[in-house]
Amino acid sequence: MTDRYDAIVVGAGHNGLVCAALLGKAGKRVLLLEANRQVGGAAVTRPFADGYSVSAAAHLLYQLQPDVQKDLKLNLKMAADNMSTIVLSADGQHVRYCGDQVSGVRQKDVAKFAEFHKRMARYSDLLRTAFNKPPPRLGTTNKKDLFSLARLGFDVRRLGKIEMREFLRLIGMNIYDELFERFDSPLLKGGLSLDAVLGTHLGPRSPNTIMTYLYRLAGNRGRIASPAGGMGSVSDALAQAARAAGVTIRTDMPVKRIVVENGRVTGVEIEGGEKFFSLTIVSNADPRRTIMKLVGARHLETRFIHRINNIRMRGNAAKLHLALDGLPTIDGLARKDFGERLLIAADENYVERAFNPAKYGESSPSPVLELTFPSFRDESLAPSGKHVMSAIVQYAPYNLKGGWNEAARERFKQAAIKAISQYAPDIEQRIVASELLTPADIEREFHITGGHWHHGELTLDQLLFVRPVGGAAQYRMPLDGLYLCGAGTHPGGGVSGAAGRNAARVILSGGNRA
Amino acid sequence: MSISEVPQGRLRTPFYSRLQKLDTLNTWHEWKGYSSADALYCAETEYFAIRNATGVFDLTPMTKYRITGPDALDYLDRLVTRDMRKIKPGRVAYAVWCNDQGQVIDDGTIFHLREGEYRLCSQERHFAWLTAAAIGFDVSIVVETAEIAALAVQGPTSFSVLSRMGLEGLGDLKPFGMMHFEFEGAELLVSRTGYTGDLGYEVWIAAEKAEALWDALFDAGKLHGIRPIGTSALDLARIEAGYLAAFEDFLPADTTVRTGRSRSPFELGLDWLVDFKKPNFNGRRALAEEKRNGSTWRLVKLDIEGNKPAHHSYIYAKEKRNRKEIGFVTSAAWSPVCKQNIALGTVRMPHGKPGDTVWVEIFYQREMHWTRVMAKAVVVDKPFWFPPRRSLTPPAPY
Repeated sequence: MTDRYDAIVVGAGHNGLVCAALLGKAGKRVLLLEANRQVGGAAVTRPFADGYSVSAAAHLLYQLQPDVQKDLKLNLKMAADNMSTIVLSADGQHVRYCGDQVSGVRQKDVAKFAEFHKRMARYSDLLRTAFNKPPPRLGTTNKKDLFSLARLGFDVRRLGKIEMREFLRLIGMNIYDELFERFDSPLLKGGLSLDAVLGTHLGPRSPNTIMTYLYRLAGNRGRIASPAGGMGSVSDALAQAARAAGVTIRTDMPVKRIVVENGRVTGVEIEGGEKFFSLTIVSNADPRRTIMKLVGARHLETRFIHRINNIRMRGNAAKLHLALDGLPTIDGLARKDFGERLLIAADENYVERAFNPAKYGESSPSPVLELTFPSFRDESLAPSGKHVMSAIVQYAPYNLKGGWNEAARERFKQAAIKAISQYAPDIEQRIVASELLTPADIEREFHITGGHWHHGELTLDQLLFVRPVGGAAQYRMPLDGLYLCGAGTHPGGGVSGAAGRNAARVILSGGNRA
Repeated sequence: MSISEVPQGRLRTPFYSRLQKLDTLNTWHEWKGYSSADALYCAETEYFAIRNATGVFDLTPMTKYRITGPDALDYLDRLVTRDMRKIKPGRVAYAVWCNDQGQVIDDGTIFHLREGEYRLCSQERHFAWLTAAAIGFDVSIVVETAEIAALAVQGPTSFSVLSRMGLEGLGDLKPFGMMHFEFEGAELLVSRTGYTGDLGYEVWIAAEKAEALWDALFDAGKLHGIRPIGTSALDLARIEAGYLAAFEDFLPADTTVRTGRSRSPFELGLDWLVDFKKPNFNGRRALAEEKRNGSTWRLVKLDIEGNKPAHHSYIYAKEKRNRKEIGFVTSAAWSPVCKQNIALGTVRMPHGKPGDTVWVEIFYQREMHWTRVMAKAVVVDKPFWFPPRRSLTPPAPY
């Protein structure tokens, strides 16, 4: 008899690590296979220029779930916590917000922002409860599912009549209209618009952007942190927890296919031909990649394949890394503010205009940006006195007309640098080295279909019962022994670990509800 | 193509010019956009042409898809419930395909024309489903319904007719086999397939050669009693052979709205087409579950006493004091060749085992007044009409 594992986890992204660690803790013999040299998936710290390192994809921590931290006894060191967001203004009159506080706007907006934040936080708490357990199945008589569904309805109802109506009114709406009604400050509206559309193929006028905004808050009421040593340190801590739980982690092991025999999974085959066996295969890869590439349409049903193939996951966010010989000068920004999160989003229309070309497969000539200077609070990332800038730049559509060739990349990089230089005129002189990761690069480096970090757009049609697709929302795929545990499943993206934890609970319950 | 150039009204098959000349009744119906004759001169005479001579049916409106590409075999094997790897080039397979819930979408024939090259034929259109099923496969699916003209040449003298036409070596062709011939510079495909349960062939040719083929066929068939036939005669023949018709004996699953109105292959008596030993096919999980838990319906062939056709009748378990019907008749006819009152029907499990007696409630009209009889019926296993000549190779000359 061949050596057989209790479970094989494909992909050591943070969810794969969480899932493997929890399975290991439960006494299972687990093998975790990672294609890259480093564990962590899109939550890694890696060098990009001589002496400079950066969190290569995800660069801020919004929502690592307390349940995950508790279950795995993680003790993470933060370089910065409870970071403020500063929306940059060319004239130095920046707007700054954190929690329910905002400054740099008129008094009227201050009060309205507190009210707005309170309401959004309340709704996002509701989502958070739903996120930390497997979504209920629809059309079933399973008591746990029915209870869970009733609980969700009850939680919504418990908001009270007025708030429930408001919740139901807002949940499918676009954020533009809501901001337009509430606030005067263009910068505040620009910043909140960008918060809502970051990492999506959506503009502030797209439906569902209230939902994506709530999603951002759902992790930890929008509290933002930056781990010491970059995002890679989170993954390293998870890997350590997994190893301590007895999980075998093997890197440089790209899985070529998931082996199916007689209608069930039986193992995986590595690129080199090596095979590993298990009757439980848990994929941390995105649903499209898992089903279409690793398993193959041959082994699943037509409509299921159709749905999987149609998951909306066109990445639209690029990552720009600059190695700087010193901090740039930004008018009106104190030195300590370089440790905060900086946004370039002059107003809500600027954000929407940045999105317009993306609809037609063109990149934004005037992009929106989220900037961080991680080296400011974490000296390990750059040589002494030098700095690293890590930025998310939108919009850079995955399916760029003509493809992401060298000229297209250079054009987009220059557009991003030009946008920054309007606020930091000396940025260009400070650049020692640079790196731009387009969604095509993100797909290549992190094996995410479409380069979409969340493994699928976080909109109502792809959440809860229908994430990744209807009828297969409980981590268990319609192929015996196959599970998903990545961001493509409920509750979705962001370095939260919730999907990995929920999946582990389902697997440990023998594929039934946790 | 401007709107005025789009063909308006019903399409005519390439054989229309020939059929029109022989048509005396002018009773046509619509079949997937084409005009198709109910009967051309007399449905009964046409039926007897099938059983005693040769009947020729215009099959052109039959939907035809050409399926090719590196994954063609894998694609078809995933699509249908039977093992397509066993169907070698030159062979034809009767097959059903199901939706994800294991409910039958349609049945049809798949021709393995040449290595890796297939033609799928069905009564209904399925391009949307076939295209959806192609996601993740390297295949090309081309509709060739209009490009390929086809005739069913069915009956005891059909072999003699085609032989006289000069198709040498046809005698070696076994049921569900096919052969390529040359006809006036075009490729003529002849398959030993049909919908009559008798000796018979289907001939397939490029639409431009349709009329020439018709003429040659009827010329060769003169001494063998060849006659064109319409749908009514064919329908009677297919009931005798126990063949299913979509929209009569089952509804394609994608056309049903209410739950429980579609059927699985098991419920249509097509267990022999479902192969759990082959790799995954669409609906497999659902069908495996049905196999474990049992089916709801069963398709039955009924031999009914009396001579009143049991059209649309309810089926009961007992003659009297029934609380509820157990099923209903879907196709019924008086079979002239079997001299039997026959029907296909659907009953609720566990009723309708072969050999069981059931009761059929038949209503019939005499000079406006309705009469009702409860007719005893026996569930039979075999087709009503299954002559040895159907599969005899080489076929005997007539």
